[in-house]
Amino acid sequence: MLAKNQFVTIKGTRDGLTLYLNDTCDVDRLLEELDHMLMSEHFDHEESLVTITVQLGKRYLHTGEREKLESIISKRSHFVIQSIESDVVLKEDAIRWKEESEIRTFSKTIRSGQVIDIVGDVLLIGDINPGGTLKATGNIFVLGHLRGTAHAGHTGDKNAVIMASYMNPMQLRIADFFSRSPDYESDGVYMEGAYVEDSGKIMIDRLHVVAKKRPDLSGFERSVLNG
Amino acid sequence: MAEAIVITSGKGGVGKTTTTANLGTALALMNQKVCLLDTDIGLRNLDVVMGLENRIIYDIVDVAQERCNLKQALIKDKRFDYLFLLPAAQTSDKHDLTEEAMVEMITELKKEFDYIIIDCPAGIEQGYKNAVAGADHAIVVTTPEKSSVRDADRIIGLLEQEEIEPPKLVINRIRNHMMETGDMLTIDEIIQVLSIDLLGIVADDDEVIKASNHGEPVAFQPNTKASISYRNIARRILGESVPLQSFEEEEGMMAKVKRFLGMRKH
Repeated sequence: MLAKNQFVTIKGTRDGLTLYLNDTCDVDRLLEELDHMLMSEHFDHEESLVTITVQLGKRYLHTGEREKLESIISKRSHFVIQSIESDVVLKEDAIRWKEESEIRTFSKTIRSGQVIDIVGDVLLIGDINPGGTLKATGNIFVLGHLRGTAHAGHTGDKNAVIMASYMNPMQLRIADFFSRSPDYESDGVYMEGAYVEDSGKIMIDRLHVVAKKRPDLSGFERSVLNG
Repeated sequence: MAEAIVITSGKGGVGKTTTTANLGTALALMNQKVCLLDTDIGLRNLDVVMGLENRIIYDIVDVAQERCNLKQALIKDKRFDYLFLLPAAQTSDKHDLTEEAMVEMITELKKEFDYIIIDCPAGIEQGYKNAVAGADHAIVVTTPEKSSVRDADRIIGLLEQEEIEPPKLVINRIRNHMMETGDMLTIDEIIQVLSIDLLGIVADDDEVIKASNHGEPVAFQPNTKASISYRNIARRILGESVPLQSFEEEEGMMAKVKRFLGMRKH
């Protein structure tokens, strides 16, 4: 029989319970103890739903272990897992976060027939010519003339924006939405940005208006939080 | 040091062959040793424009496939001692010519000539690749039309991937009155989109058609708009700094009077 509360510490907060799990012991023993603790009569089964936050410390759980942990907690029907948090992440996740949150800068003219595909945000110093396409999983910023096609958030991020110092595009696409230029000749506009409105329409407005609509445009946290 | 310059455009009919013939003639007029290469296999034209059609015995594919040597296939121009043409084949396929063969030929020609000017076929397939293979420089020809500018943009994108210097632009068939009324793209608009250096502009001049029908490049004529344009481009290739030509019409007496009376805007 294990000594009580050796590896698991439970704290009650206003939002529910937080389980602090020791990060230096063996996983199986940890889960065993957790299972045992939760089984004990300390927890009143009459209570309404309790949200659980799990703090893993510096332990990384692989998928199987994580499933086990989840099943131990959700076995008790009045427990709801809110989050399982760990101080450590896999290198590949970290790299992916970094890539997605990074702004790639490159300077060239994207010419007719050329397609550039970028992971993360992109700052293009140069023009997108008619017939050229720039795709990014994040936001697109063009320091130049946007005369071709830009596709921001092409993996599905509706919050992505397209900004350009001169906006006269053939087509704009954000996530699954797209809009095209009018059929009549039109002059472009300077310093404007495009975003998806709640109704699902792509709108073009002045830069500061777009920035106001997407307050989390600035800052690293945005991508990490989304990640 | 000899230079090989490819004349290309992507789109057909914008004046690649005419430009090749005239730049060759203009450079020859300035005492350069010039060889013109027609790589438009199956649809050769350069020999017709130069008026040398009847002199063809061997062609570029014969040289590539070693049915003759390079010297045998070169045709000397009627007007100049040091202007030669290597004609394209009429009956072969463009795949009969390879990039390696082109590089080899151009290396050989460079020993003999100052300028090798390569006429590129329209399109972006094998023919284009052959034409670009041995070139050191490229000149992109466009007209002030959207479709032509679009194709020029595409070609410039492809040329950027080659190991040659950034291409230079020639805008052909300029009609001044249409640019002024806004019915045609202006020179500034074209340069802004293509963002490459402008090498020269050529007016849309009836003399060009007349001259090429006579098999005598217009650059040979002393004083037409187009011939001055081509000679200016040749001078710029030789490193001279020549201001851009103005195509504004000289005003006649009647026009001046009308404008004075307010009947005509400038």
